Amino acid sequence: MILAQLEGQPLVRWDWVADHLDDIWAATKEHLVLTGIALGVGLILSLALSLLAIRYRRTYTPITWITGILYTIPSLALFSILVPITGLSVLTAEIGLVGYTLLILIRNIVAGIDGVDPAIKEAAIGMGYTRRRMLLQIEVPLALPVIIAGVRIASVTTIGLVTVAALIGKGGLGFFILQGLRRFFTTEIVVGAVMSVALAVAIDVLLVLAQQALTPWVRAKATV
Amino acid sequence: MDFFAEVLEFFADGANWVGRTGILNRTLEHVGLSAFSMAVASLIAIPPALFLGHTGRGGLFAVSVVNIGRAVPSFAIVALALPVSIKLGLGLGFWPTFLALVALALPPMFTNTYTGIREVDPGTVEAARGMGMTGWEVLSDIEMPLASPVILAAVRVAAVQVVATATLGALVAWGGLGRYIIDGFSQGDNVEVFVGGVLVALLAVATQLLLGWVERRAIPAGLRGINVAGPGRVEPARQVA
Repeated sequence: MILAQLEGQPLVRWDWVADHLDDIWAATKEHLVLTGIALGVGLILSLALSLLAIRYRRTYTPITWITGILYTIPSLALFSILVPITGLSVLTAEIGLVGYTLLILIRNIVAGIDGVDPAIKEAAIGMGYTRRRMLLQIEVPLALPVIIAGVRIASVTTIGLVTVAALIGKGGLGFFILQGLRRFFTTEIVVGAVMSVALAVAIDVLLVLAQQALTPWVRAKATV
Repeated sequence: MDFFAEVLEFFADGANWVGRTGILNRTLEHVGLSAFSMAVASLIAIPPALFLGHTGRGGLFAVSVVNIGRAVPSFAIVALALPVSIKLGLGLGFWPTFLALVALALPPMFTNTYTGIREVDPGTVEAARGMGMTGWEVLSDIEMPLASPVILAAVRVAAVQVVATATLGALVAWGGLGRYIIDGFSQGDNVEVFVGGVLVALLAVATQLLLGWVERRAIPAGLRGINVAGPGRVEPARQVA
């Protein structure tokens, strides 16, 4: 009976979309906020951990090892483990989302800073740069293309993972996917999926533009 | 710590391990479908990737495939597989989950295999041709063994993603370990949710470690001890599911 309902309906019922523009917009905003918080907090934590790893090389292996295990744990499993502790809350969603950004961001920050030409650093030291000034004015700017490449991967990944958080009640556009599944209503599934992909593409384009503006001396490259 | 006592009780109770809805059967379902999906996806993705990598054609396609694959959330793939499966007359449960897992595993395996073959030192390939090897021999005796670490890493990465996403199969009425999580949520039973989460996490980490071990064992003797692609070899493109 339910299946017959699915068979008869068109893939997208545009009248439903037209009636729910407000809901779609609200979910998109929620999706963006959840993604933004995760990336912001993730970036701050990653910068701190990367600086630690660069200053004390021996910490790099344990840091990537722990964040690597975190990255391997499926998002739904992590949410499930956290729910009994932190409840069906934004906090639960964000702990997971932030956790998944760490490995990608730390790897790219460390690789980017490691990749700075030693001759340039030597020249900076020769010109009397302090360690801090060298980091902020030489190393980070030169590493920016690699760092932004990491942010691009992290943002696309996070936007996808936010949809899963719908299962703990905080999923932005994932809410439509879940509702569509529960009601056997393909329009909602398609709206959730298409909007989430569109969001990922839009953010990616913005990040490429940001990189071109911030580092005009390099051309943005496609990342695999 | 009442909660954790209940969790321990759940694991200690033999009745929760056996039967159709027991942990053992759910794990078997989860591993079985993941392995089957991986086998089918490997057969679809790897041969064309080897061929295109060998001929050097389709580079842009290879890069786009993985980028698009990354942008489509795995949750959306599972959800979209449901209407597809029903349109095909395959119904609920096993088939939509299977279709979603195959669709999910294809892009990383295709792209990473392609990249692995492309990254084989052109000098070596040239030398092999100079020795009179045919194109097929170059692929099977030179490129494939040299790319094997990258190809195996691609399989591992896809497998971890598949095991993770198989959890969502419970949403389209399939079994597997995701049942504990989804049923736990709908019944408001946090113990079941937690148990499911722990089991899925363990299975994903175990998959990663086991295939990592296989990978190290399977590297051709001539390549052992040499890091083929240099010390900074990047992990194949992958995503959390």
